[in-house]
Amino acid sequence: MDTNLGGFLTLFYKEILRFRKVAFQTVLAPILTAILYLLIFSHVLEGRVQVYPGVAYGSFLIPGLAMMSLLQNSFANTSSSIAQSKITGNIVFVLLTPLTHSQFYLAYVLAACARGLLVGSGVLLATSPFVSIPLAQPVWVFLFAFLGSAMLGTLGLLCGIWAEKFDQIAAFQNFIIIPLTFLSGVFYSIHSLPDVWQQASKLNPFFYMIDGFRYGFFGVSDVSPHSSLVIVGGALLALSFVTLLLIRRGYKLRA
Amino acid sequence: MRPAIEVRGVSKAYGTVQALSAIDLDVAHGEFFALLGPNGAGKTTLISLIAGLAKADAGSVRVMGHHVVADYQQARRSLGVVPQELVFDPFFSVRETLRLQSGYYGLRRNDNWIDEILERLDLVPKADANMRSLSGGMKRRVLVAQALVHKPPVIILDEPTAGVDVDLRQGLWEFIRRLNEEGHTIVLTTHYLEEAESLCTRIGMLKQGRMVVLDSTENLLKRFSALKLRLRMVGESLPDSLQPLLAAPGSNGEWVLALRDYAQVEEVLAELRRCHREIAGMELTQPDLEEVFMSIMRGY
Ligand SMILES: Nc1ncnc2c1ncn2[C@@H]1O[C@H](COP(=O)(O)OP(=O)(O)OP(=O)(O)O)[C@@H](O)[C@H]1O
Ligand SMILES: [Mg+2]
Repeated sequence: MDTNLGGFLTLFYKEILRFRKVAFQTVLAPILTAILYLLIFSHVLEGRVQVYPGVAYGSFLIPGLAMMSLLQNSFANTSSSIAQSKITGNIVFVLLTPLTHSQFYLAYVLAACARGLLVGSGVLLATSPFVSIPLAQPVWVFLFAFLGSAMLGTLGLLCGIWAEKFDQIAAFQNFIIIPLTFLSGVFYSIHSLPDVWQQASKLNPFFYMIDGFRYGFFGVSDVSPHSSLVIVGGALLALSFVTLLLIRRGYKLRA
Repeated sequence: MRPAIEVRGVSKAYGTVQALSAIDLDVAHGEFFALLGPNGAGKTTLISLIAGLAKADAGSVRVMGHHVVADYQQARRSLGVVPQELVFDPFFSVRETLRLQSGYYGLRRNDNWIDEILERLDLVPKADANMRSLSGGMKRRVLVAQALVHKPPVIILDEPTAGVDVDLRQGLWEFIRRLNEEGHTIVLTTHYLEEAESLCTRIGMLKQGRMVVLDSTENLLKRFSALKLRLRMVGESLPDSLQPLLAAPGSNGEWVLALRDYAQVEEVLAELRRCHREIAGMELTQPDLEEVFMSIMRGY
């Protein structure tokens, strides 16, 4: 058995280098965007909305913003990297090597996690001077951050493998990823929604990531963090399984 | 011992285009093999199947005895491929590119070898330049370097000299010839037939996805291309007895005869003397691969 651990680490490292070289766009810009969201929304809504008892709107908003940035950047990392390599053709350099299917999968997804977690913690850190928030259960925070970034990293990988043009990635991002994040309770608690929308939100897997993540901060959530964990973990497993299967079959990579 | 490359009954279609049909090919260890054929014949497709970049619809491929699908890791370790397209990653410099490529094979302390390839390919002055800033010929050399980072026993080069100037082309061929002398098995495609002729010991020709010829360079030249004798005579006609030898309809004072071998030159000269013809000029030309290629491509 040829483990080629070094090969895996190299691909992971290359993916990190790729976003680090343009960190201004890939890390700083999304943090700045999140700060703007925070300033505007909390200014407009502060004092008018109270989501959880004793939790100011600004504080409520921060974990949601951090998670949203984390998810979007994890997705962007894999989808843009794979699509770019495929379209420019330099993906052959990876495809020619003895990297296994799972190493290929893990290297891309873990690099997406790294960027997602970096942006997410950047948002938390950068907003801390404006609003202070508790950190009731750091383990849950990390768990959901990690699972969320892995999930979106995997989705991005799938999308990058499938897409033949950048337009298709942008469409996927605009019509699926962004609506699902916005409707997942980044800006509100689903308890403030009419019943039918509450039920609809519970079909959105992103809702559980954000809700569980928020639980880690406030110790309060819309649904039990344990069920969220099971749902998010299950979704990640299923999605990873499909992605690995496609990679193994060479779907659109080894035509 | 199994051959370095073993292709058995391989077919591949892209939609309705049958890119390859039932290809069989063995390339022996240490061989210098040319894969020739017009545009769209299926050369790159065959290379992609050997490299595992595409999947065959039927048949099997082995590299150094390793099946390219079932035992892909070993097969890929044994193979270096220089792709036809000038692809590169604009994020990295030449040295970074080579270090990463080497890392994918799990070779992390490979700087000595990387330095040596940079040296041998005249890339040292560009080692720290970004890939984007290189000229096409330089990028081509980096592609060659990338294919060599893991010292593969088998190297496939898909048109390594396309768009490369004469100087560099000579240099590249020299380099590839040295690799072959050091024991690497080489397969290449090219549209420069003289180069294939002078370098390669065996040749396969593809036409519309079929291997129409597979033979040693020497046999091919013998089999398909006669020795040519170009004769010039002033105010004379070609004797009737020599008419059957004409390679093409003769023109004013100039004829080209196709000969079996050198001995036949004697016979022609004797016949001319017997018929009292005076020769103004004479030139003997060797068979060449271009003629072989043309006659094969016309014939199939
Ligand atoms: N990915 C693909 N999708 C669809 N058709 C393809 C694909 N790759 C190759 N083909 C078709 O398969 C045939 C063989 O192409 P291939 O690239 O192997 O030719 P080639 O011999 O390398 O030609 P050239 O000398 O121009 O490089 C062509 O008809 C080509 O259009
Ligand atoms: Mg080609």
